[in-house]
Amino acid sequence: MLVEEIMHRIVHTVEPELSIREAFQVARQHRIRHLPVVKEGRLVGIITDRDLGHALLHMVDDEPAAEALAHPVSEVMRREIITAHPLDFVEEAARLLYQHNIGCLPVVHGERLTGILTRKDVFKTLIEMFGVHQPSQHVEVEVADKIGVLAEVSRIFSQHKTNIHRVMVYPGRQPGRLKLVFRVQAINMLGALRDIVSAGHRVLWPPLPPDAGKPGECHE
Amino acid sequence: MSEQALFIHSDAFFRYRFHDDHPFNNQRLELTLDLIRSLNLLKDHHLYEPTAATDKELYLTHDREYVEVVKTAHEGTIPESRLLEFGLSTEDNPVFDGMHDIAALITGGTLTAVKQVMSGARPHALNLSGGLHHALRAKASGFCVYNDASVAIAYLREKYDARVMYIDTDAHHGDGVQWSFYGDPDVMTVSIHETGRYLFPGTGNVYERGHDAGFGACINIPVDAFTEDDSWMEAFERVIPSAIRKFQPDIILSQHGCDAHHYDPLTHLSATIRIYREMPRLLHEWAHEWCDGRWVAVGGGGYDIWRVVPRAWTYLWAEMSDQPLGEVDIPAAWRKRWQRESPVELPHTLHDPEGIVEPIPRREEITQKNRTVVDQVLQYL
Ligand SMILES: [Zn+2]
Ligand SMILES: [Zn+2]
Repeated sequence: MLVEEIMHRIVHTVEPELSIREAFQVARQHRIRHLPVVKEGRLVGIITDRDLGHALLHMVDDEPAAEALAHPVSEVMRREIITAHPLDFVEEAARLLYQHNIGCLPVVHGERLTGILTRKDVFKTLIEMFGVHQPSQHVEVEVADKIGVLAEVSRIFSQHKTNIHRVMVYPGRQPGRLKLVFRVQAINMLGALRDIVSAGHRVLWPPLPPDAGKPGECHE
Repeated sequence: MSEQALFIHSDAFFRYRFHDDHPFNNQRLELTLDLIRSLNLLKDHHLYEPTAATDKELYLTHDREYVEVVKTAHEGTIPESRLLEFGLSTEDNPVFDGMHDIAALITGGTLTAVKQVMSGARPHALNLSGGLHHALRAKASGFCVYNDASVAIAYLREKYDARVMYIDTDAHHGDGVQWSFYGDPDVMTVSIHETGRYLFPGTGNVYERGHDAGFGACINIPVDAFTEDDSWMEAFERVIPSAIRKFQPDIILSQHGCDAHHYDPLTHLSATIRIYREMPRLLHEWAHEWCDGRWVAVGGGGYDIWRVVPRAWTYLWAEMSDQPLGEVDIPAAWRKRWQRESPVELPHTLHDPEGIVEPIPRREEITQKNRTVVDQVLQYL
């Protein structure tokens, strides 16, 4: 999934000359926390309601609040901005948000600000990716990390006319092993699981009944 | 007193069978009926022949297009890709001869039960072939072609404007019925089941509570894998009476899938026959307390057809028909008759002896987790 598929295209921005007071009002009016600062269409900074609050706290040590509120946002905005590109993957955006511990990513194409992406948007997408949209069963298989192994296990499901709704691949517990997590549209998959075990893979979930061949290790 | 209940039955129910190696095997009804008879619990006046659901009745909760596909699926003229769109011709739901007729008869069985109870003929009626709770509006799912409970509830709404409480005790979430009435404030669906995190169909978490006007009339109690009798019953007894009191139903329709048993090959719970004796006892009590006795019960899942289903459903029928059973021996003749065919040793008693579930170290943790789920559910009631 690409950033441009989930980003907000209407972005509320402020100009660098705008006062802190007015910036607060813009944030409150649109119920947003992040305000990109734009000059002649170009992204020059970013300010959050929290940054504004912190800056004010410092300023009111030296001057009355009314005066502090009249300062332009350019004085308090962050100038080093971490941005995303519309064609970045959502997982890359998630990594940036996490690594830099920031709440949003302005999306920039060339010089132009084309959208904005918040933590909440990324979360929502992840929830949709992991969510259950069709009646289905969770299956975990541990396999050797080698070419064709995903195709092999998938083929077993298709031989059993069992539709796969989702696949995730995680690192295994040991090097050279992978954990494949499927959601498959089946209430009964004992046949498929038996074949997966016969093909030399280890079924971690669901636990197989005693007659179903060598069962995998049970979930702790 | 034993004239209080009807046992809806037709031998045609046995033919709801996909193929010989399929886990859904209605030979379980034959075994159950024979066990009930062996214990002398079934008299002629209990038995009642169902009539098949009409197309119009099926359309109450199913799309016409789907019903047409089910009717003609076995003729081999519908391309497989189209069957798959309707959930048919999968490993779970292969097409079988007479599929429509038998599924419509089973649905008719639950409708017949509902009609008899609402007409006042008898307060209780049982259709063990019913409880096909996964079937969706236009899709077969989880061995279920038509959703008999959904159709019967929709009929109760349309014909009697009754407030219906649906209580689903199958190990799997009662998704089909839940989605049929998700926005209806006059149908409360309650499902207790193994958490969807690990089990089909994946839904049924506590936050699924209905939508629009139906918000609050949907309750889910997902319990942890390896849950045992005490914890299961604790959840059941803490939630259901409060839900009934809040909702004030005119009739209870309960689903009695017995696949939460430790022996069941398709689920991962650790219950014993005890819960299948206690739940009907409580439901019976509550039906008299809150609904003038109006209570319809249906079967459901149950894939250990030799050791679990006949015993669980015998307890159910005994309770419904006011012939409740305690811990009794299974008649030797029944065991002898079926042992030849059974791949496992048939049990000697109707109840489970102590110790069929090996103690697990995580018991306390599972109990606590389930308690937290129940606390959460009770906050909404
Ligand atoms: Zn009664
Ligand atoms: Zn079930």
